[in-house]
Amino acid sequence: MKKLLEIKHLNTIAEDDPSKQILKGLDLVIPEGEVHVIMGPNGSGKSTLANTIFSSPRYLITDGEIYFDGCDITHEKTDKIAKMGVFMSFQTPEEIPGIRLAQFLKTAKHSMTGEKPNLYSFTKEVEKNMEELGMKYEYVNREFNVGFSGGEKKKNEILQMLLLQPKLAILDETDSGLDVDAIRTVSRGIELYKNEHNSVLIITHSTKILESLKVDKVHVLVDGKIVASGDSSLASTIEKNGYQDYIK
Amino acid sequence: MAKKDVFSSSQENIYDTKTNHPTLQKEYGFTEEIVKKISKDKEEPDWVLEIRLKALKKFYELEDPSWGPDLSFFDLSQIATYVKPVSGEVRKWEDVPEEIRNVFDKLGIPDAEKEALAGSGAQFDSQIVYHNLTEEFQKKGVIYTSFDEGIRKYPDLVKKYFTKAVPIFDHKYIALHYAFFSGGSFVYIPKGARLDRPLQSYFRLNAPGAGQFEHTLIIVDEGAELQFIEGCSAPGYNELNLHAGCVELFVLKNAYLRFSTIENWSKNMLNLNTKKCFVEEGGKIEWIMGSFGSKISMLYPLSVLNGVGAKCEFTNISFAGAGQNLDTGLKIIHNAPLTSSLVHSKSISKDGGICTFRSHALVRKNAKNSQLSLSCESLMLDSESRSDTIPVNTLETENVTFSHEAKIGKISDQTIYYLMTRGLSEEEAKGLIVRGFAEPIAKAFPVEYAVEMNRLIDLELEGSIG
Repeated sequence: MKKLLEIKHLNTIAEDDPSKQILKGLDLVIPEGEVHVIMGPNGSGKSTLANTIFSSPRYLITDGEIYFDGCDITHEKTDKIAKMGVFMSFQTPEEIPGIRLAQFLKTAKHSMTGEKPNLYSFTKEVEKNMEELGMKYEYVNREFNVGFSGGEKKKNEILQMLLLQPKLAILDETDSGLDVDAIRTVSRGIELYKNEHNSVLIITHSTKILESLKVDKVHVLVDGKIVASGDSSLASTIEKNGYQDYIK
Repeated sequence: MAKKDVFSSSQENIYDTKTNHPTLQKEYGFTEEIVKKISKDKEEPDWVLEIRLKALKKFYELEDPSWGPDLSFFDLSQIATYVKPVSGEVRKWEDVPEEIRNVFDKLGIPDAEKEALAGSGAQFDSQIVYHNLTEEFQKKGVIYTSFDEGIRKYPDLVKKYFTKAVPIFDHKYIALHYAFFSGGSFVYIPKGARLDRPLQSYFRLNAPGAGQFEHTLIIVDEGAELQFIEGCSAPGYNELNLHAGCVELFVLKNAYLRFSTIENWSKNMLNLNTKKCFVEEGGKIEWIMGSFGSKISMLYPLSVLNGVGAKCEFTNISFAGAGQNLDTGLKIIHNAPLTSSLVHSKSISKDGGICTFRSHALVRKNAKNSQLSLSCESLMLDSESRSDTIPVNTLETENVTFSHEAKIGKISDQTIYYLMTRGLSEEEAKGLIVRGFAEPIAKAFPVEYAVEMNRLIDLELEGSIG
């Protein structure tokens, strides 16, 4: 199977605290068409991994390489990586006062595809996907994420994933802080998005979101390294026993 | 003011159009001789010349302000005090000399007049070259002429109000203004008259090293309503240009005036402008200001709420880029009971630009049950840029509802990063954030101006970020 994402021996430090080594020789491969899950205790480096893939200015890579779709993206710019087909649902999505949701979605779609979306068909698509996610269509006229609840912000991330159609979607703690219904909606969004050509990387510390999803592989991240990988049963084991077996 | 398609189809900076006209007459110096020559050229009555000469004397007595941007580098003797294009004032665009008409065509002024305005005036350097009011409003008794013509045709009305809002000894540059003033508009809206479309005067300073000293006087009589738009621009030169204009506004009982300004002077301009408004009982003044251009601006419109229930709304946006020091703000005097003012200001600075917002609110003892609400927000696009808010509030009565909010912040790297994960480049991300920041102010502008404001924001951001 074709490797969509390949990470080799990744080492990172925090931009504001170079003495702090966060990822310590991490290896990971996500083949095309698969759903992978990364679990791990707080502070193990899960969000750092997601943001390092996207060249966040908050982290510096000191060693290792990242390949996406066969291209070296280790030091690529964030917007270029996005345009190659990587998406991330943020743990804490940003608010952009004065910019309406509709305007934001059009701008993002335009940036990704390089051409202005057809207004009629794009509007239809937005409407359809918002309905699937239980979002009120009137929200398109609201300022981007301003005054949105935590759940609405997360649904907005999933909406963007559905509209931008990336090859790889990284969901960073998308389920955290959500109630059962909202988690179900997010799962529904992932199902709608998923096909045999795209991949998903779910970063979570709970197993609830995995219940209704078909997962190909679960990885355990502890202290900046993948310490165990397995099928979906690994998630159940962790749910029962926690991470104590992996923490020295 | 210029049409939408003009902005979307053209990448050219339309404000930077330079015009050569060999017939240009420039006068230098700050002498009685020049003052008398200007007055004679304009065939002014003696009382106007007297004001000019008195002001000239004051100008020599007064010093630069001891606060705000440093003006000591500025050599006034290099400024041409009077530039007269060899053309008179006309009522038809076809009669404006071609090279001057082309400039206004590019700026979209004649088109805007046809589509959305009740009347329009255009000044080129020291002189109004075009002034016209639609017949419908002429019949209602509305007066809209150049200030020079106002003095000639309506001396009693002009004499009653001229220098009454802004005294000639207010500060050094207003004294300079009153000595050399030329051009500007005179507007009188009779009792109860309402204009459903705005009037617009556009001031273009074209000659390098010149000064522009236009005087605008607007009287909105009892129960009348007017929206007035003022536009300013100039092409860029290496020599310093000086703009020391003056605006005097009188909003009488139960009258309404909305005064909007989009200022896009070139970056070699010293913009030392003075604006004041008196509002009588039940009247309302709305200021809408966009300051984008100039090297240094000092501009603090004053509103005096003199009658019971008089209102002031003030909306401002400033954008300072490299080498720009925009020192703006406002003054409000609450001088009667039940008066209210609402101030909303935003500023953006980048590449070392400086934005300072000074507000001075004075609520007099007699202004019981008044309301005053101020909000200022600044956005800095990098760490070299500066932004200051300097509020002074003097409340002489406790019987007043008062709120003041100030927010100063740097553009968030995390928000830029978030937008970049959605495929926007760093510049596009910053542009979107700035447009969102400016949006509440853009909404206050007349619709064509909102388009122009976005265009100016794009021009400001272009090529200098990243």
